[in-house]
Amino acid sequence: MDYMKETINSLHQKLADKELTAQDLTQQTLDNINAKEDKLNAFITVNDKAVDDAKKIDEKGINGRLSGIPIAIKDNIVTNGIKTTAASKILYNFMPVYSATVLEKLENAGAIDIGKTNLDEFAMGSSTETSHFGTSKNPWDFSRVPGGSSGGSAAAVASGDVVAALGTDTGGSIRQPAAFNGIFGIKPTYGRVSRWGVIAFASSLDQVGVMSKRVEDSAEVLSVIAGHDDHDSTSSEKEVPDYRANLNKDMTGVKIAVPKEFYHEGTHKDVLDNVNKALDAYKKMGATVEEVSLPSLKHAVEVYYVLASSEASSNLQRYDGVRYGYRAKDVKNIKDLFVNSRSEGFGDEVKRRIMLGTFALSAGAYDAYFKKAAQVRTIFINEMSNVLKDYDLIMGPSTTTPAFKIGEKVDDPLAMYMNDILTIPANLAGLPAASVPAGLADGMPVGLQIIGKPFAEQDVFNAAYALQEENKFYEQIPTALKGED
Amino acid sequence: MISKDEILHVATLANLKFQPDEVDSFVDQLDKIVNMESKLSSVDTTGIEPTYNMGDTSTVFREDKGIHTQTREQMLENVPETDNNLIKVPTIVDKEDDE
Repeated sequence: MDYMKETINSLHQKLADKELTAQDLTQQTLDNINAKEDKLNAFITVNDKAVDDAKKIDEKGINGRLSGIPIAIKDNIVTNGIKTTAASKILYNFMPVYSATVLEKLENAGAIDIGKTNLDEFAMGSSTETSHFGTSKNPWDFSRVPGGSSGGSAAAVASGDVVAALGTDTGGSIRQPAAFNGIFGIKPTYGRVSRWGVIAFASSLDQVGVMSKRVEDSAEVLSVIAGHDDHDSTSSEKEVPDYRANLNKDMTGVKIAVPKEFYHEGTHKDVLDNVNKALDAYKKMGATVEEVSLPSLKHAVEVYYVLASSEASSNLQRYDGVRYGYRAKDVKNIKDLFVNSRSEGFGDEVKRRIMLGTFALSAGAYDAYFKKAAQVRTIFINEMSNVLKDYDLIMGPSTTTPAFKIGEKVDDPLAMYMNDILTIPANLAGLPAASVPAGLADGMPVGLQIIGKPFAEQDVFNAAYALQEENKFYEQIPTALKGED
Repeated sequence: MISKDEILHVATLANLKFQPDEVDSFVDQLDKIVNMESKLSSVDTTGIEPTYNMGDTSTVFREDKGIHTQTREQMLENVPETDNNLIKVPTIVDKEDDE
């Protein structure tokens, strides 16, 4: 199956018309994935039982648009009976005994979990280079990173392995890899999607979202996974719209704000050229585009790394080698078991974040770091809400540069962190935000970021859809894959 | 400036330890990052409430009734060492302490 030209809609038609069985589709998908994995390393675990799952769908009959459609799942989302590692040695053998709510919802809709995609360890990173299972490759250029942390999901979608994949986004982990791979990716509003069964990183920021080549496919999947869940008290009871059915590319009268701070000096000129071209397209469609200011953006990375690390240090206390995961050998007491299991099981980046967070929460530093960052977060949230009082959407580049080279930033954590400056704002303020392909810079994809009002995912989808229908970026085949077949 | 002693103290709090040959590079990197984070001190936050949680944080109530989740066997499936259906761990009180 060549997913490059397929959508959920076209696959559903073939399944419903019995042109194709769910088993055939699943087998072809597995063959396609396995043929490319040597080069891409997009998956940590491929679901061997996927064809059996598809057989059950065939027996029941195709009913519903996701019925029989294979979808890839980021490996920090727990899946009953399928190994879930968060790309960490400390969970290298973890076999969940229940499934995340998002997976249950997908399976209830008939979707097939085709496998678990690679990520930065515990979703901490922007390149998949911190994965215990090796770096994924960018299908546009195998020497470049696919971004992260949802880099495996992005590479799987961009290379045509799957039509859609789930990701998670704490500081840009869906939007940055979407931008780097020339696909669409959306992080919904905080509270839109249940996080039950999602391995926690920073609980005031984490959100599950969707990645796909086409906007309409993410819209379809988000409608299925969103909604209240008794298992997650932060999940909202607001009704979930049918985002796909409501897609509307009419941009007449839509008010777009462009923060001048998004155009900071570190942003690559070719990235800005593509973003400006997209903004011009919106003007031609009847939208207004105006410059605004978010003066506190310059502190966003500082706020994020204090808060995300603090929450991570607390969330990751549970990994102690006692009940599951990696357990250190030859220890003389329980304290050694904790310390050795954690020190041998966590990679350097995770240790760095735990250390930063433990420091920020420690007695002498709490007020100056943790509390201070939480206060500056309030200031920043107010700046974002004020802009969204007068405008429908905030737009700008998704990333400062196109995908960087593997190894380029891995030894410089600070440079890696700065890479997140444009995506962090939506997480700090809990707003829905997406990246949609805007064009190419030196042969590598560039993403336009679209941020909406709380629970206004539809506005974000609509604007992304309008640009997609204008530039038809989905027709492009990733360069490194050309001539492969 | 964050000192090596401070880093080692934080490592103890976090139940982590570092090999002698990796401590210095960790100290150096953490110092740079904490230095970046220290720029927050330039922001005037007088009278600003901190945001610790997002979304609707009101308490959720449900009926006080047991819900079936996992069985004992399932709960023990991932445990590295078990004995008699119990989780086995090394000694909790050091033997040396008794000697």
